[in-house]
Amino acid sequence: MSTTIIRSFNRAVASLLLLTGTLLGCPVQAQSAADIDSGTLKFVLSPEPPFLLTAINTALQMGMVTSKVMEGLLYLDNELKPQPLLAQAWDISPDGLTYTFKLRPNVKWHDGQPFTSADVSYTILEVLKKVHPRGRTAFAKVTAVETPDPLTAVIKLSQPAPPMLTALASSYESPMVPKHLFAGTDPSANPYISKPVGTGPFVFKEWKKGDYILLEKNTNYWQAGKPTLQRIVFRIISDASARAASFETGEGHIGGLSPIPLTDMPRIAKNPALSIETRGYAYMSPYMLMEVNLRKPPLNDVRVRQAIAHAIDRARMTQVVWLGYGQPAVSPIPSQVTTFHSTDLPKYEFNPEKAKKLLDDAGLKPGPNGMRFKITHDFIPFGSEYQRTGEFIKQQLSRVGIDVELRSQDLPSFLRRAYTEYDFDTTSLYYGAFADPTQGVQRLFWSKAIQKGVVFTNNTGYNSPEMDRVLESAQGENDPVKRKALYLEMQRIAMTDLPVIPLMETRFLTISSSKLKNHTISADGIIGGNFADAYFEK
Amino acid sequence: MKRLLQLSNLHNPTLRLLWRRLLRAIPLLLAVVICNFILLKLAPGDAAEVLAGEAAASSLEYLTELRVRFGLDQPVYLQLWHYLVKLMTLDLGFSFRHNQSVLSLILDRLPATLLLMLSGITLAVVVGACLGVLAAQRVNRLRDNLISIFAILSFSIPVFWLGLMLIVVFSVHLGWFPSGGMQTVASGKQGFAHILDVLHHLVMPVTTLGLFYVALYTRVMRASMLEVFNQDYVTTARAKGLGERRIILRHVFRNALLPLVTLIGVQFGTLLGGSVLVETVFSWPGLGRLAFEAVFQRDLNLLLGILLMCSVLVMISNVLVDLAYAQLDPRIRIR
Repeated sequence: MSTTIIRSFNRAVASLLLLTGTLLGCPVQAQSAADIDSGTLKFVLSPEPPFLLTAINTALQMGMVTSKVMEGLLYLDNELKPQPLLAQAWDISPDGLTYTFKLRPNVKWHDGQPFTSADVSYTILEVLKKVHPRGRTAFAKVTAVETPDPLTAVIKLSQPAPPMLTALASSYESPMVPKHLFAGTDPSANPYISKPVGTGPFVFKEWKKGDYILLEKNTNYWQAGKPTLQRIVFRIISDASARAASFETGEGHIGGLSPIPLTDMPRIAKNPALSIETRGYAYMSPYMLMEVNLRKPPLNDVRVRQAIAHAIDRARMTQVVWLGYGQPAVSPIPSQVTTFHSTDLPKYEFNPEKAKKLLDDAGLKPGPNGMRFKITHDFIPFGSEYQRTGEFIKQQLSRVGIDVELRSQDLPSFLRRAYTEYDFDTTSLYYGAFADPTQGVQRLFWSKAIQKGVVFTNNTGYNSPEMDRVLESAQGENDPVKRKALYLEMQRIAMTDLPVIPLMETRFLTISSSKLKNHTISADGIIGGNFADAYFEK
Repeated sequence: MKRLLQLSNLHNPTLRLLWRRLLRAIPLLLAVVICNFILLKLAPGDAAEVLAGEAAASSLEYLTELRVRFGLDQPVYLQLWHYLVKLMTLDLGFSFRHNQSVLSLILDRLPATLLLMLSGITLAVVVGACLGVLAAQRVNRLRDNLISIFAILSFSIPVFWLGLMLIVVFSVHLGWFPSGGMQTVASGKQGFAHILDVLHHLVMPVTTLGLFYVALYTRVMRASMLEVFNQDYVTTARAKGLGERRIILRHVFRNALLPLVTLIGVQFGTLLGGSVLVETVFSWPGLGRLAFEAVFQRDLNLLLGILLMCSVLVMISNVLVDLAYAQLDPRIRIR
């Protein structure tokens, strides 16, 4: 009897819900189809950026929005070769001290003002060089930006600075800023950082905080006939499972930086309506590493660090924790940075016996419980995969007699502990190595990058005059062959001294609707790509 | 003349209550602000560090500049003093992270939270009260047991799990309801179509939020009804031959409402904070999420502002509950 009651109850509820569903509007799938027909791209975004100008804050999620609105002079293609964007052509003098950019004519800002060399000069001297988080280093050698005519900008340097071109070749890293709206103001307090004006294929329309950001097609875009999409809606979805659902229902058409938990990936990968892209992250070249605090004995003994490197099975970690979305790392310069990456380095294959022997040699014998010493490990609180990485490391190190205490905390506490108080033994986190080692790798090894309170810099206390010499020579070396040799040397020293232990080259994923094409055409992918060429296949 | 008017006003018990509560509120709010400020300052890290961390900024100048701009370079007691001075002029301060004033941030999010919470509480009160009455009518019989099982189940299901399950069933598999958000963006819907669209988005979040409270109200209502059933005047009413329906609605229900009103009052206070979990799971652009994110971003001004608004709301709702008591039960007098 009770079954009948439940069944009829179920039927009643189901029909009631169906009725409400029909009354309240069209079903979700129909809405998704309508969006694709009308050229509305729904971009899943999380976390929400605080404002919209990557020239003063280089959060990657911010770049996903601003790169559709604001463009840079050049972009790097998937082979990391510079290609024209707002600059049509460029020339570098043989001594590496003069960069001449020929700008594209008839480019207009979204408010109708022409884009000229004055904007380039203002952007580089007043914004990138002064307030860009990484720009102070990248543009440090710039002495002047000359503007002989509105379509020519000439950058003068006091010393060669080869990484500068890479820095300029991304709409995410170095977007051009409209001088007429920013000149004479403090860029960080300018109202236009919340309603960006650029030259890009999409015009900023509306930002409802916590809900969505709306961009509309730029009808006066400098590439005639583009963009194909009519509008882009960035939807802020902070729950990872809800993000996965939004892709499955078709309410989200694209999302980057591995937007869903990897444990959901097998299900998503089987879904024919969705496709997965791993290109488009070479510009950031993300990789996991372990920072080791050299101030804390016995970690100051290189044999102990070598033992740790031998004790962690990176290939297994990549498979078990990261479900294969990665590649075991052998060098602090990841393999995506093809120009500088080397494998001809000291190697630390997985070998627990060797690790035990190294620890024995260092005088660290196992105690009664089989443990030799105890260390703490702080993993960066970026989600479940990072926690599992910490758990994996704990398990692996316990096998060679290192007792690891895992510590979990929120991001501000982690940053304070790791970069201000140096109150840690080991950490695991990911860094952006970037297309040029000066941008991303140098900060880990340079003794001048030991700056208390500055996040994501040398916090291990590593200080090697030899390393400093190599890094500093490479900064200003104009000859590409010599520069490459210097970075090979740098990798060799890094892997000998091991202040940081490379763990894994992260392969971030972009998930998109299978109907969406041409979204990833540059090395900075959907973070720096302007989507002028993106379209929905009918 | 004006003085007289004031005095005569104070003879009105309702106004006198309001006046007294207001006087008491000022030191209380001050204490709330100072406590919150100190507690939040105890958390490691600050807003500048977080922002620099997100920007992957590796230069000391950048960090120092942010600290100076946010006023974080000053001693803590000065920061508190500046905050209090601003507060005297009803200025809730500026959120440097959002580049927007705290008041405008809160007001932006307020409608979404009010819509969600009011719908949730209304659903819960109506359904909960009805179920409570239905259960109390047939105490310990099949109907009562079924309702109790339902109440215990919905009370013990974690809110986020229920939300995700609703999404899986009704969005991913059946495609009836959108999985999140508050409206179909850029759909060009106007007027009535827009209202329907928002309602469509509201169904699942409100069900998730409401179900938890339904259980609470059902249990309270049932218990309270049973207690009133035993009162002498109910026996009297039965003895003079009144119909069961009339007894339940006129004599029992109204008197049994008092504990429910107390509960609503308490929950009304949490209204502004919203429900972080529901807002997160359904990407609802409400205040709860704003506050939750502000914690992780160490956005002190914003968090202090939201907490202060919450305390004010708790005070207001307490006054309202006291007034409602007097309306429901004439024996209770406002003094």
